[in-house]
Amino acid sequence: MTRKPSVAFQQGINGARDTLPLLVAAMPFAIVYGAMAISEGLSSWTALGMSVMVFAGASQFIAVTLLASSTALPIILLTVFVVNLRHMLYATSLMSKVVHLPQRLKIIMAFTLTDETYAVVSNRIHQLQRNPPHPAPGDHQLLHYYYLGSALAMYSNWVFFSAAGVLLGEQVPDMTSWGLDVAMIVAFVGIIVPALKNHSYWACAITAGSCAAFTFDWPNQTGLLFSALVAIIVGITLETLFKTQDSPMKTDSNSFRETQG
Amino acid sequence: MTDWGLIFAMAILTFTPRYLPFGLAGLVTIPPLIESALNYVPVAVLSAIVIQNSLIRDGAIEFNLYNHHLIATIAALITALLSRHLLITIAVGLISYGMARFFI
Repeated sequence: MTRKPSVAFQQGINGARDTLPLLVAAMPFAIVYGAMAISEGLSSWTALGMSVMVFAGASQFIAVTLLASSTALPIILLTVFVVNLRHMLYATSLMSKVVHLPQRLKIIMAFTLTDETYAVVSNRIHQLQRNPPHPAPGDHQLLHYYYLGSALAMYSNWVFFSAAGVLLGEQVPDMTSWGLDVAMIVAFVGIIVPALKNHSYWACAITAGSCAAFTFDWPNQTGLLFSALVAIIVGITLETLFKTQDSPMKTDSNSFRETQG
Repeated sequence: MTDWGLIFAMAILTFTPRYLPFGLAGLVTIPPLIESALNYVPVAVLSAIVIQNSLIRDGAIEFNLYNHHLIATIAALITALLSRHLLITIAVGLISYGMARFFI
């Protein structure tokens, strides 16, 4: 892999650029986290240290909430662990893209894996599958620069605005009731919809949503994981059924690509 | 001291599930069926997150006009279907949220 650094750098910039809407959406989330940590009695350095070392929005919110209600430490840690299990699904789906990378890059990429970077990178993967780059077959191998650009932008954004939240939290005490989390929710909607490319993806989304509505009161967000798993099974089952019914002769994956163009 | 101990433990517990599949990449082979099933991960997880944070508010299903998050989500959904543009979707979602809070 002897590449001009500028090509790699350009990929990184592209990754950060495509993450921009999500950076904007994550800003209020980070600010509210910082403000909430302060109002729940954490010291400024602890609140900020958590953003620097843990870098996982949902876990940090939950940890702060549970700390405030003086929940036992093992329960807090178990909750944090379960809440982050969805990242294991993300990482598993990216396995084939990181297999060739050196260990230290895998560690950095794993540490900075978030909902947002995963969403942007999987969008990019879909894009590359639909329009394979003809003159530049190396684009797939450059994917990690794109990933890192997105991830580092998310990380610095998160740390910076957590700090802003810590400072603001000392002055504006009731910011957590402003409902700023709505930015993240509508951003996710904007990511999901373009990814619904056929029936099985629609079925997957609808299953996930309906299941989530019935399992929301399961402890430690296990309902979220359960819903996702059921929806994935529904999606892949429909895909397999459609494939065997509609096109019994087409067995290679290229046939799908051709019907798209 | 216990605060930093907690942070350290949290860091390990969040890093492990993120890293494990990356660490195993190349050592284990994923069957093709699982490989294609994993394509559904983003849509499945994000859809569940959206519903649990819009339709569900304060620990209950809130299917009514006073659920401003739900109104914003529906507005964003319609916008995304029509425009397929992330920034426009976010903008319309946020504006709808602001208007719902103000008027309803």
